[in-house]
Amino acid sequence: MSMRRRDQRLMIIGVAGAVLVLAATLTFAGLRDSVVYFVAPSELSTKAEVGQRIRLGGLVVEGTLHSDAGVTTFSVTDGATEVQVRYEGLLPDLFREGQGVVCEGEWVPGEAFQADRVLAKHDENYMPREVAEALKERGEWKGQGSP
Amino acid sequence: MIAEIGAFAAALALALSFAQGGLGLLFAQSEARAAAAAAVSQAAALSCLLAFGLLMTLFVQSDFTVAVVAANSHIDKPLIYKIAGTWGNHEGSMLLWCFVSASFGAIFATLRGKQSLGLWSRTIGVQGLVTAGALIYTLFLSNPFARLDPAPMLGSGLNPLLQDPALAAHPPLLYLGYVGMSVPFSLALAALLEGKADQAWARALRPWTLLAWTCLTLGIGLGSYWAYYELGWGGWWFWDPVENASFMPWLVAAALVHSAIVTERRGSLASWTILLAIMGFGLALLGTFLVRSGVLTSVHAFAVDPQRGIAVLVLLAVALGAGFGLYAWRAPKLAQPSGFAAISRESMLVWNNFGLAVAAGVVLIGTLYPLVVEAFGGGLISVGPPFFNATVAPLLAVLLLLLPLGPMLTWRVGDMRAALLKLAPAAILALITLVVALVMTQWRAAPALGLMLGVWLIAGGLIYLWVRLQRGTGKLLAKIAILPLAVWSMSLAHIGAGVMTLGAVAETAFRTERAVALAPGEGVAFAGRRVSLVQVGGIEGPNYSATRANFRVDQASGESRTMSAERRYFTTSPMPTTEVGILSGFDGDLYVALGEEVRGGNGAWTVRLYHNPLVQFIFIGVLMMGFGGVLSLVALARKRNAST
Repeated sequence: MSMRRRDQRLMIIGVAGAVLVLAATLTFAGLRDSVVYFVAPSELSTKAEVGQRIRLGGLVVEGTLHSDAGVTTFSVTDGATEVQVRYEGLLPDLFREGQGVVCEGEWVPGEAFQADRVLAKHDENYMPREVAEALKERGEWKGQGSP
Repeated sequence: MIAEIGAFAAALALALSFAQGGLGLLFAQSEARAAAAAAVSQAAALSCLLAFGLLMTLFVQSDFTVAVVAANSHIDKPLIYKIAGTWGNHEGSMLLWCFVSASFGAIFATLRGKQSLGLWSRTIGVQGLVTAGALIYTLFLSNPFARLDPAPMLGSGLNPLLQDPALAAHPPLLYLGYVGMSVPFSLALAALLEGKADQAWARALRPWTLLAWTCLTLGIGLGSYWAYYELGWGGWWFWDPVENASFMPWLVAAALVHSAIVTERRGSLASWTILLAIMGFGLALLGTFLVRSGVLTSVHAFAVDPQRGIAVLVLLAVALGAGFGLYAWRAPKLAQPSGFAAISRESMLVWNNFGLAVAAGVVLIGTLYPLVVEAFGGGLISVGPPFFNATVAPLLAVLLLLLPLGPMLTWRVGDMRAALLKLAPAAILALITLVVALVMTQWRAAPALGLMLGVWLIAGGLIYLWVRLQRGTGKLLAKIAILPLAVWSMSLAHIGAGVMTLGAVAETAFRTERAVALAPGEGVAFAGRRVSLVQVGGIEGPNYSATRANFRVDQASGESRTMSAERRYFTTSPMPTTEVGILSGFDGDLYVALGEEVRGGNGAWTVRLYHNPLVQFIFIGVLMMGFGGVLSLVALARKRNAST
């Protein structure tokens, strides 16, 4: 009886171990495939691979916002380079020209950045952290809640 | 003056909480000292209540000499949102955290029941220290009573997106859930100090775990519902760090609800239950840290203050350090439990716990991975929905597949063959669903399997009810009336999980969306209907003005309905908000969000249309799970009253 119980325990531990290994494999394979890197406009040509999903962050350039039949275009800058973004869909309520934004999508050299997600923040004082970092690197940062 | 009294009440509560901690922990052998600790905990809760009530008064009076009120309220705001503004900001919400923690301590102290002196006293003590930690943080790093000089005339207003009934109730519910996890934590530490975690201990633990889990379920559901109808993105869950922050404690609380049953009924798994209670509270604190520190970029935004983030991290380290340290030291001394067979109710609950804990671990890795990569100089990254869909979804699917088997097996030694035979009708129904779904979706395996799972869960839950009703003799109606409440609550929660699975799978896999430009009088065919823009006009609200678009929807049946969507412009905020139009039908929601006027588009407006199939099932399922939790609490309370 005690032998059987030990066998059962071994079996349970074995199955649990196998599930754990499977979960860990799935997790790390998943992380490798679905991680999205953040890129500033001036890094786009050097850091981004064609067809790879990336997040592009920066400030929306004043006067560049156009929308036509659901297709929106605007430019994003980090102070050094401007990149045109093309987005099909409704912009978030907090999207503003001159403010920080994060666009997620793909980039092909020579074309506009194809975004399928645009993140602006709930709070008008808030700056996406990645945008803040990128602006600090370019010396465009003017402190908390800047610009 | 009110603000100063409030700050004083909070400081008094801090002193009382420390006294509660000292009395409860140091004199756990003395009935009189423990009674004193209980009385002090009630006084601490009253002090916190006074502090929180005074802060609420400041909000109602629009006292803009207080910084928090000036930053988060406005003279024109409707009264209900002035009140909700009390917890609609960082400082106020932290005071709420303290108030809830102190109240739970006082309630625990008051409802002693048959708990042993040592356990009761030590739990009160640990809970006192938890409250004290939260109060230190609140008073010294986010004091809600700080004055502002000079005071503004009007106040800058609550973020308009938050001016919403669902969001007024969302934070308190979530906090009841987060802070609710502190009582199991205190009980776990008390049990380790006692060196005893027996069935009586688990009986004390269960209601608090259930309360926390129920509040988390309803709080997360409400937040998700709000995101669905208020943000105008058409979705209900985004695997955002802030959402994950509430999902992880939910998973662990769900595991704890089940493992506590095993410990109460059979005395087994005590040491695992303790570990879960510690981890659950740790994740609740981590959730607070993630939300409050702004270390992760999120679609939500809250106060970004590194100092506060570090302070929460210190509190987290203290709590987890104490918890795991005590666990490593004392857990080996706990009595070894009685065994159970590989096929039994216990073993199924072990698998449930295993699956939920691994899922929580995977969510944790996905949520923290960007922080780790950044810390090691790997650049800024984000981990999005594809990761969680590829990892958490299959894990939970396996878990749900096993779920209907659990209740069918008996304690100690179960009969898998008999259980499977009873469940055969559910299995057949599920397989039919799979085949039909495969054919109708043209062999899309993932959604078809998901729908199969939902049907299996619902049918399995119903069969369990039916099997229970076969027991004993007498008329069916009479048997329904005497069926234990615990059976109803469990079935409701499990069937709710199935209903939610159906909704989540259908909404994720079959959602359609389309963005169009429509001028008044124009229409577009969408999801088997015709949607036409009738007119666009301006309206005035209490503290906003809005553009409202009226739509006519011609259903395929020839029936015609109207709906409207708005863009609201608040006087206090530069940003407009979206009020979507939702038309619910049997097959799901037609969801319309109004965009901006197209420049040079002859009066045309951007309109975004979504069809969300079975989306109501998600929220109905969550409600069923939450209501199952409430019923279970009632069942426990009845049992307790019957035994005393």
